[in-house]
Amino acid sequence: MNKKTFGNKLVASPYIVWSAIFIVVPLIIMLYFALTDSSGNFTLANLSGLGEYKKAFAISILYAAIATVITLLLAYPMAYFMSKLKISSQRMIFMIVMIPMWMNFLIRTYSWITILANTGLINTFLKNIGLRPLKLINTPGAVILGMVYDFIPYMILPIYSVMSKIDNSLLEASEDLGSNGFNKFKRVIFPLSRPGVISGITMVFVPSVSTFYISQKLGGNKTMLIGDTIEYFFNLGPDYYNIASAISLVLMVMILICLFIMNRFSDGEEGGVLM
Amino acid sequence: MEKENIVELKNISVAFDGEQVLDQLNLGIKDKEFITLLGPSGCGKTTTLRLIAGFLEPDCGDVVFEGKKINGVPAYKRQVNTIFQRYALFPHLNVYENVAFGLRVKKLPENEIKQKVTEMLSLVNLSGFEKRNIATLSGGQQQRVAIARAIANHPKVLLLDEPLAALDLKLRKDMQKELKKIQQQLGITFIFVTHDQEEALTMSDRVVVMDKGKIQQVGTPQDIYNEPKNAFVADFIGESNIVDGKMLKDYRVEFSGQEFRCLDRGFSQNEQVDVVVRPEDVDIVEYDKGMLKGKVTSVAFLGVHYEIIVDIGGFKWMIQTTDEHFVNDRVGLYIEPDAIHIMKKSEYSGLYGDYSSYSEEIDHLSDVEEE
Ligand SMILES: Nc1ncnc2c1ncn2[C@@H]1O[C@H](COP(=O)(O)OP(=O)(O)OP(=O)(O)O)[C@@H](O)[C@H]1O
Ligand SMILES: [Mg+2]
Repeated sequence: MNKKTFGNKLVASPYIVWSAIFIVVPLIIMLYFALTDSSGNFTLANLSGLGEYKKAFAISILYAAIATVITLLLAYPMAYFMSKLKISSQRMIFMIVMIPMWMNFLIRTYSWITILANTGLINTFLKNIGLRPLKLINTPGAVILGMVYDFIPYMILPIYSVMSKIDNSLLEASEDLGSNGFNKFKRVIFPLSRPGVISGITMVFVPSVSTFYISQKLGGNKTMLIGDTIEYFFNLGPDYYNIASAISLVLMVMILICLFIMNRFSDGEEGGVLM
Repeated sequence: MEKENIVELKNISVAFDGEQVLDQLNLGIKDKEFITLLGPSGCGKTTTLRLIAGFLEPDCGDVVFEGKKINGVPAYKRQVNTIFQRYALFPHLNVYENVAFGLRVKKLPENEIKQKVTEMLSLVNLSGFEKRNIATLSGGQQQRVAIARAIANHPKVLLLDEPLAALDLKLRKDMQKELKKIQQQLGITFIFVTHDQEEALTMSDRVVVMDKGKIQQVGTPQDIYNEPKNAFVADFIGESNIVDGKMLKDYRVEFSGQEFRCLDRGFSQNEQVDVVVRPEDVDIVEYDKGMLKGKVTSVAFLGVHYEIIVDIGGFKWMIQTTDEHFVNDRVGLYIEPDAIHIMKKSEYSGLYGDYSSYSEEIDHLSDVEEE
């Protein structure tokens, strides 16, 4: 890959054009709005005024972190057992994990409203068996649940993918060298699955930290996440594009820093692909 | 006798999906010997090793280690280490950590690990490679790491599953010598698997020839070569002419319409037998002086010798000689009594040992494939 031939460049060119239009240009537009005032003059005021949104940033990061940890704890064993099944069963479970991903996020999130609402499935059930209804919807727990539910396939798939590629002879070798089940996991399975874990964490944390519809639908309007803040300002009209862009810019820089740190963990091991 | 066997396989049978892979296998392996399982692909060599290593349990029969039955003992508790066919080195660990793996599992103190790893790496000529990523090593170097990793644990028995199959010819020859040296130096029992008969003959104290999940013959390389038990063994080890014969009485055999003196006895009168004559044991003489008479149908020069095919009454004999002959020469064959080896008829009779379909090209190609 070091020396790119002309042929390679030719093949890559549609991709380069595509990325230029849909990634680079929007970034430049965002940067422009973030660094100008409403009449188009250069200013840093948008950025320096962001202290106000500290709380939204903090809550977003906290919720996303909790959701990521829960997702990892659920997905890791799941991916491990999946990789141990017969190939035919693996395919089936793979499909079951994939199917929800073909559905729109918004619809999937809505479905939780009908489950968690005060008159929803759970509370109706509780009432029917004579228990007091619970406050489920519009709580931080519901928001985190939504994040876990929406993004867990992005955790399962990369972990499953590295796990299923672990050569069985490596596991036998470790057993041969005296490892019991625990040592086999600690010294071989876990280190070899780490690239999948890292890409899973990234793929869950990034959309969680920037989400806005999950918190709106499942959190009521009580918890303003940073995504909600951005959406709120954009909805106020063109005068607020500058402040919204500035928040987006900071969020993006924060995410990039996270990605950078995560990639350091994977020490350039292959497999740590970020989407 | 029983006592000095470090490993014993007793009446082992294994079937996968109804297919019998090992059939009533019995084998005793002596302490500190270099024993080789030799046989064609799919004959059950790897399966046999996996039974001893503990990765597989037999359907019936016992695996015995130092006199104790070890059926059901998990692999990690067995004092046996394996060198896997494709090395199975840990890609996330460097050379040092790969070799240290078994020692770390045993929780040895760091200075002891360091000393042991250093010693092992120098034993396999890899000093200075400690920090190297295993992906950057050549095939031969990876092989050495695999050896160091296995013997660092002081196994009593080392299982080697075609460890040299992926190396080129020259490297393979070097590694054969080195493995033999290491085995003698450390005094470990080696159970070695190969489908290369030359490798088996040069390295082993004893060779176990297997086919179709059964042991065909166990013996020293000399025994196996000089006294093959049946047509399969005779054909698999080296080149052989195998013809139908009849034991007239002790020391007298008839084949190809002629009577010969031989050194074999103990067959019943007029028993049908297989007669083996190695190509290098046949002398080509003048037509009139030959015990058998025929016509040369092909000649190939192989450097050290010629390989000549002679048609004798429709059966093609292979003869190796340093004298040159030409196609269509009429020649006689002379066979000494000690060149004739008599075998009982077996399921393999008639399947091997005729060079009618022999073509150098095909033989040449399959040789290259095996390298
Ligand atoms: N886990 C398994 N499931 C089903 N069949 C198997 C399994 N392992 C081995 N076999 C079959 O058992 C037979 C013997 O296999 P084995 O690996 O012992 O052969 P081998 O002598 O080592 O051959 P090779 O020289 O090709 O390595 C083969 O027919 C193989 O297909
Ligand atoms: Mg094998």
